[in-house]
Amino acid sequence: MPREQSLSFAAAFASALLDPAQTTPAIVTGPQGKAAGKRYDVYRNNVTVSLIDALVAIYPAVQRITGPDFFRAMARLHARSTPPTSPLLFDYGRGFPGFIAQYEHAQVMPWLADVARIERAWLDAYHARDAAALAPAELAAVEPERLADLVFTPHPAAQIVRSDFSAVTIFAANRDGAPVGRIDASTPEDALITRPEFDVTVRHLPPGGAIFATSLMQGRPLVEAATAAVEASAGFDIAANIAGLIEAGAFTSVDFGDAR
Amino acid sequence: MTTAIAPIASVVPLRYSNPIGGIAGTSFKPEHLPAILRAGPQRGFFEVHAENYMGAGGPPHRALETIRHDHPLSLHGVCMSIGGPQPLDKAHLARFRGLVARYQPSIVSEHLAWSTHETSFFNDLLPLPYTETTLRHVCDHIDQMQEAIRRPILLENPSTYLAFAESTMSETDFIRSVAARTGCGLLLDINNVFVSATNHGFSALEYLAEFPLARVGEIHLAGHAEQVDDEGDLLLIDSHDGPVADAVWKLYEIVIARCGGVPTLIEWDGKIPDWPVLRAEAAAAQAILDRYGPAAETGERRAA
Repeated sequence: MPREQSLSFAAAFASALLDPAQTTPAIVTGPQGKAAGKRYDVYRNNVTVSLIDALVAIYPAVQRITGPDFFRAMARLHARSTPPTSPLLFDYGRGFPGFIAQYEHAQVMPWLADVARIERAWLDAYHARDAAALAPAELAAVEPERLADLVFTPHPAAQIVRSDFSAVTIFAANRDGAPVGRIDASTPEDALITRPEFDVTVRHLPPGGAIFATSLMQGRPLVEAATAAVEASAGFDIAANIAGLIEAGAFTSVDFGDAR
Repeated sequence: MTTAIAPIASVVPLRYSNPIGGIAGTSFKPEHLPAILRAGPQRGFFEVHAENYMGAGGPPHRALETIRHDHPLSLHGVCMSIGGPQPLDKAHLARFRGLVARYQPSIVSEHLAWSTHETSFFNDLLPLPYTETTLRHVCDHIDQMQEAIRRPILLENPSTYLAFAESTMSETDFIRSVAARTGCGLLLDINNVFVSATNHGFSALEYLAEFPLARVGEIHLAGHAEQVDDEGDLLLIDSHDGPVADAVWKLYEIVIARCGGVPTLIEWDGKIPDWPVLRAEAAAAQAILDRYGPAAETGERRAA
């Protein structure tokens, strides 16, 4: 079958969809010899606006911070240069935080990209596979001398986002409609995103907590994760952190490294 | 009707649900869920866009399971890109099959349109020329989809804003050939007929006269918006963001008088109103269905 020949209509039609500087493809026409310019522009507009709207839906706090006009201008540039590669729009926009970090007009908000990273992780947690979170009793049943070797299985929704800025506070203040006061953006904050059942939660991890949680989620034994956390933060409280992670629903199960 | 919902799609055998006959339904919007549950199980069905439920888990599936427990479901695919020249996305086909197995919808449909070219997904229902070549591709793709889900789909007529110089046949001839070659049923979107008729300057009634109505297994009704073309003439946009236009209701009544009870959906995807407003549009469709096609009579599988 002459696939190349038949590909031409889609290739020609698609070529100008995301580029307003290009002329209307010659293959299309209006009825009875009428022009097709504004008619083709309906498709151009549908595509670009729907992709901007998809980014608005994924990044509502970023839009609230920047205002709709700023956000839509930024999102339009990103959508035209990086259209989705999957029909699942809730998977779209993974490159947007990186785009924000480079975006000229966003340089005065150096924390904005990290807020976007938290929002992207929020949506991934929302759609993640359902799984029962580890019950605290399971940890309590482990003999104390074996605790060091414990290995945890991360919950499908659990993620860590680290920031050199107060990204968790800024995210939380802008995710709902409540008025936002002044926020000191300069305190580094790390986020733990989980969804033990149906509600996504974003928690602010204590110093050393992100290294500890990341190590455990990578499957390293408890003793290694604790050592790394204490090296990073001298006052790190192992018991409080492990209890906090389990309460947040960061894990599904626990076993011993040698049993794997 | 089979209402069992099992958690693991891949091990569930694919089954048919019973035809639902002449009832009116609405798009399911998660923000309406509390109001729908308060009202309790009711006559009607719900339609969802398949792609919105292709995540692994979480609240969307919980909402859909809740709705499906008490109501028939129509699974409406938006992104299969049946009308494009390139092969269907195998992973997307597998996800679609998984949803059909998990939720056992009464109706499964897709669009005569395309949305993916090479690796880019454009998130719109893009038009195609009507030629022997595109007809072959569309039929191949529908065969593949029906093979994957082991049941016929309904193919929806598009709303379009322009035409292709290379087209060699009319839209109704194209659609009739697709249905005859693949055995698929048809989803007649009457708002799309009205929008395209206005945009291309043809008669909606003539289009309906040439449309193979005997194969219609579902009807869509929706609102549209108005713009102008390059010549300053009216150009209608298939916006799904308002009530059904009077002219579309008139066409609907003509179709139902001819076909009897066909499941009818009120589509509303933008500027979504409160549940009672959407419900009232469906009730208006139900009143017409009840007038012309008694509920006992099913509108499906009428002999062609």
